[in-house]
Amino acid sequence: MTYIPKPAVRHPGLGANELGLHLRDYEGTISTLCAGCGHDSVTAAIIQAFYELSIPPHRIAKMSGIGCSAKTPAYFVDEAHGFNGVHGRMPALATGANAANKDLYYIGISGDGDSLSIGLGQFCHAIRRNVNMLYVLENNGVYGLTKGQFSASADVGSRSKRGVPNKSEPIDPVALALTLGATFVARGFSGDKQQLLPLLKAGLMHKGFAFLDVISPCVTFNDHVGSTKSYLYTRHHGHELVPVDFVPIRSEISASYEKGSRTSITMHDGSMVRFRKVPEDYDPTDRLSAYEHYRSLQNRGEVVTGLLYLDPGGEDMHDDNATTSTPLAEMAYEDLCPGSEQMDALMEEFR
Amino acid sequence: MSDARLEQADRTNDFAFKIGTVNGTGSASANGLIMQAIFRMGIPCTGKNVFPSNIQGLPTWYEIRVSRDGYSARTPEFDLIVAMNPATYERDIAEVRPGGYLLHDSSWPMTKEFLRDDITFLGVPLGEMCVREFKGARVRILMKNIAYAGALAALLSMDLDVIRGMIQEKFAAKPKLIGSNYKAIELGYDYAMEHFDCPLPIRLETMDATSDHVLMDGNTSAALGCVYAGATVGAWYPITPSTSLMDAFKRFCERFRKDSETGERSFFIAQAEDELAAAGVVVGAGWAGARAFTPTSGPGISLMSEFIGLAYYAEVPSVFVDVQRVGPSTGMPTRTQQGDIAAVAYASHGDTKHIVLFPANPQESFHMAVEAFDLAERFQTPVFLVQDLDIGMNDWMIPKLTWDDSFAPDRGKVLGAAELERIEKFYRYMDVDGDGIPYRSLPGVHPKGAYFTRGSGHTSRGTYTEDADEYTEVMDRLHRKIDSAASEVPSPAIEMREGASVALVTIGSCDGAVREAADILESQGVPVDYMRARGFPFDTLVREFLDAHELNFVVEQNRDAQLKRLLLTETEVDPARLHSVLDYGGFPMSAAFVAGEVAERLGLKVEETRVRPAAEEPEGAVA
Ligand SMILES: Cc1ncc(C[n+]2csc(CCOP(=O)(O)OP(=O)(O)O)c2C)c(N)n1
Ligand code: SF4
Ligand SMILES: [Mg+2]
Repeated sequence: MTYIPKPAVRHPGLGANELGLHLRDYEGTISTLCAGCGHDSVTAAIIQAFYELSIPPHRIAKMSGIGCSAKTPAYFVDEAHGFNGVHGRMPALATGANAANKDLYYIGISGDGDSLSIGLGQFCHAIRRNVNMLYVLENNGVYGLTKGQFSASADVGSRSKRGVPNKSEPIDPVALALTLGATFVARGFSGDKQQLLPLLKAGLMHKGFAFLDVISPCVTFNDHVGSTKSYLYTRHHGHELVPVDFVPIRSEISASYEKGSRTSITMHDGSMVRFRKVPEDYDPTDRLSAYEHYRSLQNRGEVVTGLLYLDPGGEDMHDDNATTSTPLAEMAYEDLCPGSEQMDALMEEFR
Repeated sequence: MSDARLEQADRTNDFAFKIGTVNGTGSASANGLIMQAIFRMGIPCTGKNVFPSNIQGLPTWYEIRVSRDGYSARTPEFDLIVAMNPATYERDIAEVRPGGYLLHDSSWPMTKEFLRDDITFLGVPLGEMCVREFKGARVRILMKNIAYAGALAALLSMDLDVIRGMIQEKFAAKPKLIGSNYKAIELGYDYAMEHFDCPLPIRLETMDATSDHVLMDGNTSAALGCVYAGATVGAWYPITPSTSLMDAFKRFCERFRKDSETGERSFFIAQAEDELAAAGVVVGAGWAGARAFTPTSGPGISLMSEFIGLAYYAEVPSVFVDVQRVGPSTGMPTRTQQGDIAAVAYASHGDTKHIVLFPANPQESFHMAVEAFDLAERFQTPVFLVQDLDIGMNDWMIPKLTWDDSFAPDRGKVLGAAELERIEKFYRYMDVDGDGIPYRSLPGVHPKGAYFTRGSGHTSRGTYTEDADEYTEVMDRLHRKIDSAASEVPSPAIEMREGASVALVTIGSCDGAVREAADILESQGVPVDYMRARGFPFDTLVREFLDAHELNFVVEQNRDAQLKRLLLTETEVDPARLHSVLDYGGFPMSAAFVAGEVAERLGLKVEETRVRPAAEEPEGAVA
C-alpha cells in the first residue's frame, strides 16, 4: 500500500455544514481495503456523521489497533490526528490520550480479533473505566488482515470459506458491553447506512463509553453461504429492535416520526436521542430489560440491531477522578510544580 | 577485619546490627523508630529491609548500619542481632560475628544446641513483661516490638529524649497511645540497664553529621521527581518493588495537585489491567501532550515491550521507571538485583535502543526522574529510569532535596497553533534541523498539525511505506537521534586516585559498596580509580576511562555481566581490559565482597576484607 492522494471531487448536492466545511473535508486517504469490504461503508457513515455534527476535524482523535478495520482511520478525517497503535491495545492508548486531553472527540476503530481476542482485556477495562469515547467494533467474524482465520465472534456452526464449521462458543461484544456497564450499547450493520448514521452520531455525542458493534462483512474471507456474518445472512436475520434518530442540540426538532410508543432521551449536552418503535415491554434505559430483550431475540437466531441501551447520565472517568477542567496536557508547568518552598517544608517531614 | 583487631577498634558509631522478626507483627514501626533515632542523633546510618514475598508469618529482618564515616553499603557482618523470631534463632545466632551479641526474648528458654560461647547472649523477658503490663494480644505483640527498641536504647546508648519526641510526633493524633509506647520503651530500657553492662562497646554517640540530610527511599524520591517534573498522568499495575512509587506519587499529588476549594485534581492515575495497558496509557498520554510515566519491575518491562517499540518508532515521549528485582521470571520479588540492564537498553523487537538513566541513590532518583521527562520530550522517545529494590524500598540517608524555582521543563520541539498556521505543510518525521529530532504536533491544536501516527513502516513525511529507502531513511535518523543523546544523559561519575592503575567500574546501587571498597583497597596500599555509568547511551568519557586502565573491574549485580556486555557492545573497548565482579544472590552488595574479589584477582592479601560467612546450615546445629 502506498500513499494515494485523493482527487479533489466535490460531492454534488451537499452543502457546507455549520463550520462551512464540506463532506470532502471529512474524508481521508483512499481506502486500500478489498472492494466491497464492509469496513469501507462504515468509514463512509463515519465521514457523514462527523460532517453532519459539524465537529472541527482537528478536535477529533482517531484511535485504532491493528487489522483491516484498524486501518480505516486513515480513510476518514485527514485533518485529525490518528493513532494506529498495536494489536488489541487501542483502548489503553485512548485512555491515556483522553486522560491527557479530555476535550477531544475520541473515536476508536477496532476489529473482532482486535477487541475480542488479543485485546479482550483492554476492551473490558475501557468499559469499566468509562472512557469518554465512541468505540466502533467492525465485526466480521474473521481475522481479515491475516487471511480469514475464525475470530472469537464467529458463531457456532458458521462455516469458513473451505466449509469447516466453527465449534467454539462466540464472545458476544454487545452482551459483554451490557454486562460490563457500558453506558451506550448499540449494534448496526455496514449495509444499512440509514440506521448506522444516527447510531454513530449519538455515540459520538454521548458522554462516557459508547459501544457500537457493526456487523461489517469481510467479502474476501467471510461472505459466503454458511457464514453468519455475511451480507445475506445479516439482511435475512437482522432485527432492528430499537430504531433511533439523533437530534443534535443545535438543530430544530422538525423531523417527522412514526407515531407509536416513541420515547426521547436527552443527552448530557442537550441533544436528543429519539427512539422509534420501541416495543411495549422494553425500556432502553433499563440495563436488565435491554439484556433480556437482546438475549431472547438472539436465541431466536436474530441479529439484533439498534440502540439497545442508553444511560444518559453523562459521567466519565474524569468525573470519577475529579480532574480539573483544563485538559492536563494544557496545564501550565507553574500550576503543576509545587516549588521550592513546599520542597523545603516537605524535607522536614523526612527527618 | 580480624576478630582481635575488631575487639580493639573504637566501635562507637561504627557497627551494624539487625533485627529478625515475623512479617506482619508490626515490627516495622519499631525498627523505623530505632533507625530514625540514630539519624536524629546526627549519626550517619542506613536501613535495609530484608523481607519475604509474603504478607504475614514469614521471617523478616531489618538491618541497620551505623557509620560515622558515612559508608552506606550493606555489611553482612553483624555485631548484634535482635532475634525476635524463634523460627530463625538458629540462623540468626550463627550470623553474629565472633565477639558479638544476641538479644532475644528470654520469656522462654533458648534452645541449648544453638548456644555459642564466642558471643554474648542478652536475654530480656520481653513477652513476659508485656503480658504483665498490657492487655490484648495485638497490643502485647506491638508493645513487645517497642520494648526491644527500649532495650536497644540502653545497650547502644540511644538518646531517650529523641525517642520520646518521636513517639510524641508519631502519635500526635492518637495521644492515648503515647503513654503505652513510653511504658514499653521503659520496660526494655530499665531491664537492660539493670541486667547488662550498658552501653556495649558498640555504641552510639551524638554527632552532627545528618542535619542537612533526610531519610528517604528511592521510590518516594522518584515519585517526587515525577511531581516536580510536571507529570500529570501515571499508569501502573501493582508490582513489588515499584508499588510504593505510585503510592507516593498519589500521596504527593493529593497534597500538591488538588485544589483545596474545588477538590479538582490536576493529575490522573490509571490503575491499569496489566502492564501492557499501563504502557499504552503512558504512550497515549504522551502522544496527546501530557508528561506521563509508569513505574514497574522486570516482569512488567517484559509485558511492556511491544508498546516500548511503538513509542520508539512512532517517537512518543514516555517515561518508564524500572525498580529492578531478582529475575528471571517471577524470580525473588523482594530481593534486589540489576538484571534488567540489557533488557531495557534494547527493549522490544527490531532495531531499538533507548535512553536509560541509572541512579545510585534516592537523591539521584529524584533528579534523574525530573531529567527523564525532559529527555523523553526532547528526544521524543521512551526514557527509562532504572533503579532497584535496594534504592527504591530502603531507607537511605541523603542530602535534603532542594528545588530551583527557575527550572523550566524542556518540552522539546512541539509546534503550537501559530507555528502550524505559518508553515506550508507539516511533515512529522522530517529532519528539518539536521539533528535527528523532528517536530511534533499535538492532537487538537491545529488542522495543519494532523498526521497519522503508526508503528508500521513510515516515511519522513509521516505516510505509510513499504519502500526500502524510505523506511531506511527514518531508521537511520532514529539511530542518529538516540546516539546523540549520549552527551545529554547524565555523565559518568568518575573519581581518580593518585597512583591508581586499575579501576572499579559500576552502576546504580553498587555505588556505595564499590566506593567503600576503593577506600579499603587504598588503605591496604592499592589505590584504584572509580567510574559509575549513570546514563545510556554511553558518553565518550566512558570509553576513554576504560581505555585508560589496563584492568577495569566491572562490578554489578547480575549473573550475566550485563553492564560489561553493554560496555563491550557499545564502546568496542578491548575485552581483555574488563573483568567482572558479580554478586547476584539478591542482597545489596557489600564492600568486603568487592574488595575481596579485586584483591584475589590481583593476587593480594587484603587484611580488611572478609567475605560473608556462610549463614545457611552451620554444622551440627540440628536441634
Ligand atoms: C502482537 C500481534 N500479533 C499478531 C498480529 C497479526 N495480526 C494483525 S491483524 C490480526 C487480526 C485482525 O483481525 P480483526 O481485528 O478482526 O480485524 P479485521 O482485519 O478482521 O478487520 C492479526 C492476528 C499483530 N499485528 N500483532
Ligand atoms: S480481507 Fe476482509 S476485512 Fe480485510 S479488507 Fe478484505 S474484505 Fe475487508
Ligand atoms: Mg475481523
